[in-house]
Amino acid sequence: MIFLDNLINGLSLGSIYAIIALGYTMVYGIAKMLNFAHGDVIMVGAYIAFCALQYWGFPPVLAIVAAMAVCTALGVTIEGLAYRPLRQAASLAVLITAIGMSYLLQNTALMIWGANPKSFPRTFINGTTLRIGQLSVSSATIITILANIVIMIALTLFTAKTKMGKAMRCVSEDRGAAELMGINVNRTISVTFAIGSALAAIAGVLLCSSYPILQPTTGSMPGIKAFTAAVFGGIGSIPGAMLGGVLLGVIEIFGKAYISTELGDAIVFAVLIVVLLVKPSGLLGKQIREKV
Amino acid sequence: MTEIMQAAPLLKVNDIHVYYGAIHAIKGISLEVYENEIVTLIGANGAGKSTTLNTIAGLLKPRQGTVELNGEVLNGLGASKIVPKGLSLCPEGRRIFQQMTVRENLEMGAFTRPLNEISASLEEMFERFPRLKEREKQIAGTLSGGEQQMLAMARALMSRPKLLMLDEPSMGLAPILVEQIFSIISELHASGVTILLIEQNAQMALHVANRAYVMETGLITMQGPAEELLQNDAVQKAYLGS
Ligand SMILES: Nc1ncnc2c1ncn2[C@@H]1O[C@H](COP(=O)(O)OP(=O)(O)O)[C@@H](O)[C@H]1O
Ligand SMILES: [Mg+2]
Repeated sequence: MIFLDNLINGLSLGSIYAIIALGYTMVYGIAKMLNFAHGDVIMVGAYIAFCALQYWGFPPVLAIVAAMAVCTALGVTIEGLAYRPLRQAASLAVLITAIGMSYLLQNTALMIWGANPKSFPRTFINGTTLRIGQLSVSSATIITILANIVIMIALTLFTAKTKMGKAMRCVSEDRGAAELMGINVNRTISVTFAIGSALAAIAGVLLCSSYPILQPTTGSMPGIKAFTAAVFGGIGSIPGAMLGGVLLGVIEIFGKAYISTELGDAIVFAVLIVVLLVKPSGLLGKQIREKV
Repeated sequence: MTEIMQAAPLLKVNDIHVYYGAIHAIKGISLEVYENEIVTLIGANGAGKSTTLNTIAGLLKPRQGTVELNGEVLNGLGASKIVPKGLSLCPEGRRIFQQMTVRENLEMGAFTRPLNEISASLEEMFERFPRLKEREKQIAGTLSGGEQQMLAMARALMSRPKLLMLDEPSMGLAPILVEQIFSIISELHASGVTILLIEQNAQMALHVANRAYVMETGLITMQGPAEELLQNDAVQKAYLGS
């Protein structure tokens, strides 16, 4: 029972990592940059949802939509103001900018909402506990796992079928050739940030529904873990981010349960190092596709 | 020929200068392409041929000079806005989308066109390049070099360009495939496509072209009807190996 319990918790935590990792991996794949401010967009999303629920009297679904809308606008603005002018710049300059953006978001949150942790309100997401046999599972766990599955299917269909999704795959493979097709690369990158940031808002709400303490640094650690998950799965690969995220969550929970609570995070990174030694491109990274 | 030349040119490049940082790669080039012509641009490796085509296509920006298509100045538009105006570049090294299928590659070529027109163009390409039809659902990265080149050319044609620019389409191909590529170029020309062709294979390029420009280190050093350049001593020495 404890094993199953841990497994379900691991899948749930891993699903949150996976949803965040999607933002890292899509932006990396298409804009070829590491957006280290992504974790902090999660935190902003969580605060917006918190305010909408606590102060503005929004129903939960509308609060999530508001968080997504604000994060989408934030992501597109960050890209347009901070990253776009650096499109031709050295990647190190872009990385430093992203780290600066991360602190800017954290400090702005500190100014607006203060340092005191807020307790994220209860909603339909974490409102009930389900009993399956001897197992008791929080509704947040189930909803998180389901949300991850729905997002994965939707994104896969989006990139495979839609015009914008195909444009993203082209830009990711060869930016110059994509331009020669008539694809507006800047617009494609904007849309990528929009999608990644909207997903970050969802991740923020799910994260705070399972771990209801909200402060300006709330996004940092999950952000770093999700980035790790994206690398683990093969950065640039959408299924890789899913696999990496879920595995990372499961490894973390099992590591904490069976090996050491204190060393849980260290175990996660140890596994990452071993995987990267064996397969430097990550689990699903840059594999050569076979004939269909 | 002379009749064609009296009309306004389809493409007019006016004294362009292009830099890579401090490197002055193109030092004032002017050239024209008239409707229904094949014009070739020959020159040694590093002469600046690709830089010229990439600048015309909008991937690079000239620091000075203008590029006009049908009298409209294209400078500063950027490649993605130039494509729908009727200019298409099949770039050096093919640069097909390796992870997409043959069909998806072709569809991307028609990115700026209305959806309802695409299937007719696809059929047209499959008719012209039957090998691509057989491999419609294959991942493009698994095609042979010759097939990839055909895909790159077909993809460039999917935007229905008024002017097709080909950057070394025969590069790295076996002689029999080179011949095939050149016969496709002739067929395209016969069906009314205007072509600006870059080639290392000056012999074949001059045989297929109406007019030619010779480039050396960022400058045009010779120009004229292709037959004349074929007979020219300096050209023969430098590019035709005789
Ligand atoms: N991305 C680049 N950065 C710096 N220099 C370049 C770049 N691309 C080409 N060059 C230089 O510009 C000149 C012209 O190159 P290119 O146009 O590729 O020649 P060609 O196509 O005739 O072989 C060469 O000297 C080359 O080294
Ligand atoms: Mg070249």
